[in-house]
Amino acid sequence: MSAIPSTAPGSAGPPEVSIEIMSNPLYLSGARELVAAVARRLGFPDESCGQIALAVDEAICNVIRHGYDRAADKPIWIHLWPLGTVKQENSCGCAAGGGCGDGNHAVEALKIVIEDEAKQVDPAQIKSRNLEDVRPGGLGVHIIRAVMDEVTYERREKTGMRLTMIKRRVHAGAEEVGNG
Amino acid sequence: MAERRADSVTVNCETRGNAVILSPVGDVDLTASPVLRQELKRVQGKRPARLVVDLTLVPYMDSSGVATLVEAMQIARKNGTRMVLCALADRVRSIFEIARLDTVFVIVATSDAAMTA
Repeated sequence: MSAIPSTAPGSAGPPEVSIEIMSNPLYLSGARELVAAVARRLGFPDESCGQIALAVDEAICNVIRHGYDRAADKPIWIHLWPLGTVKQENSCGCAAGGGCGDGNHAVEALKIVIEDEAKQVDPAQIKSRNLEDVRPGGLGVHIIRAVMDEVTYERREKTGMRLTMIKRRVHAGAEEVGNG
Repeated sequence: MAERRADSVTVNCETRGNAVILSPVGDVDLTASPVLRQELKRVQGKRPARLVVDLTLVPYMDSSGVATLVEAMQIARKNGTRMVLCALADRVRSIFEIARLDTVFVIVATSDAAMTA
């Protein structure tokens, strides 16, 4: 497996969480549960954590199915950047770490980058399909765009694609920004 | 070397009168959808009058699971089978709503309601 840059373009510093998985659907549940658990720890509400997990799942599925044509031995990288302030656990003095509700542990948003070495496609061609056409398949991109606040596909420098997704945190007592 | 199990879902099947009730247990994702698809096809080969998919024990479903159910619904329509989904968890229901399929499927709250919906 080849290495990838630890800092994606436009990111301030290296990711705080990175994992590399093989393109085997067996590892889907582990990847989505890890990301959801991190999001929960960063202060995202349960509904958002579920949406983040779903978006990650759909993104990885698309890489496996369309990028790698279901080959199970190709690399997929998942990187997470909390955006905003992340204070050290228990800095507020609460025992539970993150459960105090004073916002000390919460971030403004979570940036997720998924990279692969699959075939490159024109990002403009990665679109949601017409939902009026009820048929199996082709929903992944629509779902990702529906549950995340920002979604950007791009070609990596030499090979593969990069998907950048941002989910903003819902503040208590405030309307959620975006359509997620 | 022991074979690694790729599927993580089991599908229970029950016949009640002229209805068949399929109850998947576990997350229905890209790994598990082929298992559900196979079971749906097996049951639909018998052309039951009613097919209930009870999702009580499905905490998570992705678009591959939804696609599997859309395919089953299309087969059901062709066969004249009444297909009903029931007991969707909020997370599972939300994906049907995002895909705007919540009005395409017959979805009810309980398996009892699914017997008459």
